[in-house]
Amino acid sequence: MSKYTMHILVCGGTGCISAQSNEIVEQLMFHINEANMSEEVQVLKTGCFGFCEKGPVVKILPDNTFYVQVTPEDAEELVKEHIVKGRKVERLLYVDPTTEEVVSDSKHMDFYKKQMRVALRNCGFIDPDNIEEYIARDGYAALGMALGMTQQEVIDEVKKSGLRGRGGGGFPTGLKWEFAYKNKADQKYVVCNADEGDPGAFMDRSILEGDPHSVVEAMAICGYAIGATKGLVYIRAEYPLAIKRLEKAINDAREYGLLGKDILGSGLEFDIEIKFGAGAFVCGEETALIHSMEGMRGEPTTKPPFPAESGYWEKPTNVNNVETFANIPVIFLKGADWFASIGTEKSKGTKVFALAGKINNVGLIEVPMGITLREVIYDIGGGIKDGKKFKAVQTGGPSGGCLTEKDLDTPIDFDNLLAKGSMMGSGGMIVMDEDNCMPAVAKFYLEFTEEESCGKCTPCRVGTKRLLELLEKITHGKGTMEDVDVLRELSQVIKDTALCGLGQTAPNPILSTLDVFYDEYIAHIKDKKCPAGECSALLQYIINDKCIGCTACARVCPVNCITGTVKQMHVVDQEKCIKCGACMDKCKFKAIIKQ
Amino acid sequence: MPKIMSLDELKSLRDNVKNKVDLREKGENVDEMVVIRVAMATCGIASGARDIMNYFADLIREENVNNIVITQSGCMGYCYAEPTVEVTLPGEEPVVYGHVTKEKAKEILDKHIKSGEMVDGIIPVAHKSIDE
Repeated sequence: MSKYTMHILVCGGTGCISAQSNEIVEQLMFHINEANMSEEVQVLKTGCFGFCEKGPVVKILPDNTFYVQVTPEDAEELVKEHIVKGRKVERLLYVDPTTEEVVSDSKHMDFYKKQMRVALRNCGFIDPDNIEEYIARDGYAALGMALGMTQQEVIDEVKKSGLRGRGGGGFPTGLKWEFAYKNKADQKYVVCNADEGDPGAFMDRSILEGDPHSVVEAMAICGYAIGATKGLVYIRAEYPLAIKRLEKAINDAREYGLLGKDILGSGLEFDIEIKFGAGAFVCGEETALIHSMEGMRGEPTTKPPFPAESGYWEKPTNVNNVETFANIPVIFLKGADWFASIGTEKSKGTKVFALAGKINNVGLIEVPMGITLREVIYDIGGGIKDGKKFKAVQTGGPSGGCLTEKDLDTPIDFDNLLAKGSMMGSGGMIVMDEDNCMPAVAKFYLEFTEEESCGKCTPCRVGTKRLLELLEKITHGKGTMEDVDVLRELSQVIKDTALCGLGQTAPNPILSTLDVFYDEYIAHIKDKKCPAGECSALLQYIINDKCIGCTACARVCPVNCITGTVKQMHVVDQEKCIKCGACMDKCKFKAIIKQ
Repeated sequence: MPKIMSLDELKSLRDNVKNKVDLREKGENVDEMVVIRVAMATCGIASGARDIMNYFADLIREENVNNIVITQSGCMGYCYAEPTVEVTLPGEEPVVYGHVTKEKAKEILDKHIKSGEMVDGIIPVAHKSIDE
């Protein structure tokens, strides 16, 4: 029995590590040794706590104290005050921004109050590199339970839970397993899609970094259910920490006899191999992913045949996303009925979202399906940065659309988001405020899809390029009303004719913003104005009567477009101006305004 | 590590390693736990506080009591009465015992914690926990 009476958990997610959490761990250990308390106090590096905005996070137990924005220099004080003397270090505690009260227990923070952690149950709780900690949390017990059931019973349990694919499509997971199970073959495969590519999304990475064994265990359960002996994880090479932890997890599981031959004495054989992706967005599409794993070009092919029929090396293959897998062990431990009791009628369980953009609490959250957008943005997310006005939230990344003020009270689930012209996607949520120009947002996503298009089919390869050109024209103030019609028509054609999900969903940001923010497009085209003030080509730098004629702006202008004599008001020649903004930065009298 | 060959072996391994995360699971709900806080400053340790803390841990494990967390504090100021132990029942004011021996520790667990009946040795001051 360990004699540890205190545990210090330090966030070891990629975000916090880049903010020096490794050094914090070293310093904490050093000072605990100095205080001669290494037998009583254990320092651990865990997965992501989710509260990335306030990272690095350090949590001390059993008194459940949550320290935020800790630096390596704070370690000494934490040890000397909290650990040795038992006094909380007030200056490192979280302060509630509305009540301005200090909150030391994370359970009482608004950020955590409405969350429910199922897929993230072990993230920020266990040491992901220690298989025994996972086992202590009932790890691999679900695999043991599944092995005591028939394959059909396992599939029925997953079907009964109502779990739907968390990668974006929302296809019922149990049904997918059943297809792969029913297709007879000498070899089948289980594939975990860890090719998370949406800009601003980091759900899958955090799960693999914080609780890799939950994915390993779920893949083994799936292997048993469909009759596959081989599993593959397709992960992008730019997730080095997730890869390292996953590799360790797979090796440890093998050593403990939880992967390999005759698992738990049941005769089941299952092993997992890691395949690295080069980070192409299209490889998140399951057929492209499979081709990439086979060593071919990461290009999609038409479905059918679906991978469940003919996938990896033309064998039946079941592809699920990381978060989908992470939910599986819990479904067996707590029961499908328990899982199905969470969420809405057609979307069960919870969903992990990565909150990003102009929001106060950037981070990773997990909420029950059916929560409203308002609760996510205002209660958990803490509202919009700098007290600005909420404008829209983009869900579903480059394949999704925008939700606005009027959608704030819509319960979030797969079907509601689709009905609102957006989609659940893999869980990226980018929040935008009044300073974001919506045609420019659409342009940003089209730049992404245009670059990530694999080029195999013409609608996507040429179509996204043409869409992007039209958007560039509009945001430069050179658009016409006909362009809007062409945008609409072309978008629809691409949706209908593109080969895979990438192309079929690429026009969504345009259609969605056209729908909701039509007036902004009009302003760019007819008035040649950008209402949000983001499109620099449509802005004018104007000198007002605060100008005292100091000539500083004229001297700094790289194209000499500012004229005027000393001690007289200066003028900008709008024809020549390249809108670099150098004059505005230089002016000490706030005499130059951008509008 | 030998391979786990059956579900029973997995279960027994889980029971053996459960204590690795036990403290954290209890800590998540510390409001509902009995907290035994042993003063572990130099004065306390010199008077045997570490032994008392370990003894509490052993007792709790032997008797399989699940609603207690043991933790430590710095000097509570009662250096004359070390080892000192602060006991907080959920939702109640903390109580501090002085001159705690193993016999006293057992008594505190059996009477105070299990049946809410205070025992001799309480330091009679209006003691406030440092958390407040």
